Amino acid sequence: MKKMGIIATKGTLDMAYPPLILASTAAALGWDVQVFCTFYGLELLRKDMDGIRVSPLANPAMPMPIPMPVFVQALPGMEAMASMMMKQKIKSKGVASLQELRDMCIEADVKFVACQMTVDLFEFDKTDFIGGVDYVGAASFMEFAGEADVCLFI
Amino acid sequence: MSFDKELDTRGMNCPLPILKTKKALADMTAGQVLKVVSTDAGSVKDMQAFANQTGNTLVSSSEEKGEYIFMMKKK
Repeated sequence: MKKMGIIATKGTLDMAYPPLILASTAAALGWDVQVFCTFYGLELLRKDMDGIRVSPLANPAMPMPIPMPVFVQALPGMEAMASMMMKQKIKSKGVASLQELRDMCIEADVKFVACQMTVDLFEFDKTDFIGGVDYVGAASFMEFAGEADVCLFI
Repeated sequence: MSFDKELDTRGMNCPLPILKTKKALADMTAGQVLKVVSTDAGSVKDMQAFANQTGNTLVSSSEEKGEYIFMMKKK
């Protein structure tokens, strides 16, 4: 059986997709998959994923309905608006929601592990995260990664 | 061509057609044929890649009026 290890480090709407798409697809192909969530990648483990947003300010390549100067993008409420618009787009194009993809990952036995150091660093409450997650350090991930055919840092 | 089950993935985008195909095949027995209808242009290459890696056989792959039709035989 092939193995894939993913290090998920980002917690924005756009960057939460690649780890979940690749993990769910690899699992569907019969791969053994482990996703190590560290720093903002821990957002992937929140029970409630609705708070995950995208910032137009940090993504100059993001397609906009109308050209928008940077100082406008920085205005209060712009991030919420951009996130809402992207979620609508995702839905209208038949792209799965993050929640849907994560459910499929779990159903297909993708193993999610969380970085204990980050949990301590940001004083996260583990009860905000889904169950079935192991809280580990880098050495645990390396044990899996050392045997993996594919390893990605996202 | 005859088939045992049909899966409609019209309107769904990557990777949903593949994930739904995998799920649909799980409920079938060896030798049965699943017909998958998709509107995702990327699924043409992906269905072949899915078959190559899972051992299921992509019996046919065709396009009709912007819809892609796949016949997947379960291993």
